[in-house]
Amino acid sequence: MPTTHVAPSTTTDPDAPPATPDFGPANKLVCRECGATYGLGAAYACIECFGPLEVGYDFSGVSRAVIEAGPQNMWRYSCLLPVASYAGDERNLNPGLTKLVRADNLAKALGMTGTLWIKDDSGNPTHSFKDRVVAVAQSAARRLGLGTIACASTGNLANAVAAAAARAGMDSVVVIPSNLEDGKVLTTAAYGGILLAVDGNYDDVNRLCSELIGDPLTEDWGFVNVNLRPYYAEGSKTVGYEIAEQLGWRLPQQVVAPIASGSLLTKVDKAFREFASLGLVEDSAYKVFGAQATGCSPVSAAFRAGHDVVRPVKPDTIAKSLAIGNPADGPYALDVVRRTGGAIEDVSDAEVVEGIRLLAETEGIFAETAGGVVIATLRKLLASGQLDPAAETVALNTGDGLKTLDAIADHVGPTATIAHDVDEVTRVLAEHHARLALEASLAAQA
Amino acid sequence: MSVSVRIPTILRTYTGGESELTVDPAEDTLASVIEALEAAAPGIRARVLDDAGALRRFVNVYVDDDDVRFTDGLATPTPAGAKISIIPAVAGG
Repeated sequence: MPTTHVAPSTTTDPDAPPATPDFGPANKLVCRECGATYGLGAAYACIECFGPLEVGYDFSGVSRAVIEAGPQNMWRYSCLLPVASYAGDERNLNPGLTKLVRADNLAKALGMTGTLWIKDDSGNPTHSFKDRVVAVAQSAARRLGLGTIACASTGNLANAVAAAAARAGMDSVVVIPSNLEDGKVLTTAAYGGILLAVDGNYDDVNRLCSELIGDPLTEDWGFVNVNLRPYYAEGSKTVGYEIAEQLGWRLPQQVVAPIASGSLLTKVDKAFREFASLGLVEDSAYKVFGAQATGCSPVSAAFRAGHDVVRPVKPDTIAKSLAIGNPADGPYALDVVRRTGGAIEDVSDAEVVEGIRLLAETEGIFAETAGGVVIATLRKLLASGQLDPAAETVALNTGDGLKTLDAIADHVGPTATIAHDVDEVTRVLAEHHARLALEASLAAQA
Repeated sequence: MSVSVRIPTILRTYTGGESELTVDPAEDTLASVIEALEAAAPGIRARVLDDAGALRRFVNVYVDDDDVRFTDGLATPTPAGAKISIIPAVAGG
């Protein structure tokens, strides 16, 4: 029998009346492991079994018309999120409704006959999908009276938290591993707020932030991906909602998502199931595929071994935004992939760079390393026959390549460095075209 | 032989709100530390270990800098003065 608990207290005034924060359709937190229920508050782990807490809802008044009448950002799905109906009117970055790009050139390069789409979340305000999750967590922080938003981050979340706090006039504390790419450090620091670079990897940073929960120092802090994680994670559902709406209110046949903690993949699946159960789309079959870098592939390894638990690893990959060695939602990502008939694969750092270049050269989309992982994994899944080349497929690009220039710095550059002379241009172009012809000839022979 | 144990917020109902306990385990292992913890704060063992006596799926335990899943689990040595930290695993991402 699941246990019911009262809401964890977040007020410091014992005489204050019990507040009833407005979380819209959300009405409880539920343990995914044992089913214990809790009131809505700044809590993330079950008191009974340490299992992760997830938001529970009582949806009403959800329709295509209501959503279509909403704003041109993720707040059009407010009726499906743990936020008040006015959350989008409060100062925030208004992320979402990013482009779903039809990727015919990439499909052709990969030998796919089905339609391939790129859900390009590099178009968000700080150029990654993390703006979505932060927007929901920031709203929760407001409802719970928390004045500082904080996070443990591999970089993209750092950008999103610092920028969202700046827009809202809130304080921020961002904690990152000290070896992050310069691009992500500088683009966080630019927004102000406190930025702590910790000697250690992401899992060390995550541990530190977890240990800070409950410390008097952090009484006013909402760690978006720790004690606000149930709300935060729900923001990822909007990726799935948008894919379905942008396809004309239907589900794709296949989705390829990167796996860091595993949360995004599970929430895209949750979004599809919610849309189907609410009658917003036909309940058609789809397969969810997961992508990891080999240098941090605990979920892929568990999938391959047939395990339902994930053994942590120490990350070593250029795909730092996916470098979570102890992924909190790994077991649930495995469940989703197995339930839908998908698969999980991992790719080497060299393949990640090839993936970045292939997407850029065929579709004009410059992805960060996580996007490179997805495209390289897509190619690998096609080659192994695990992914159907004739089925409609959506691949997620979760961030902008400008954040991870280091990854490709040794692989691309000027075609030539020349004098300002017309003959020089003629010579270089002739050599370039000759080289392309030779490569095409060799490829044809192969 | 004493070691210190950092207690996460969700277990502080068992420790009277204390965020850290110092215990003297009978042996220098994590399993023994958890037994000593149970003696000091009855009820806490069943929250950290499952019915089979293994660490629960969503509990991370560190002995100094090491995640015990990378060492010897409950048999991980806990020398005198070690700092042990119990934290929920469901963070991050």
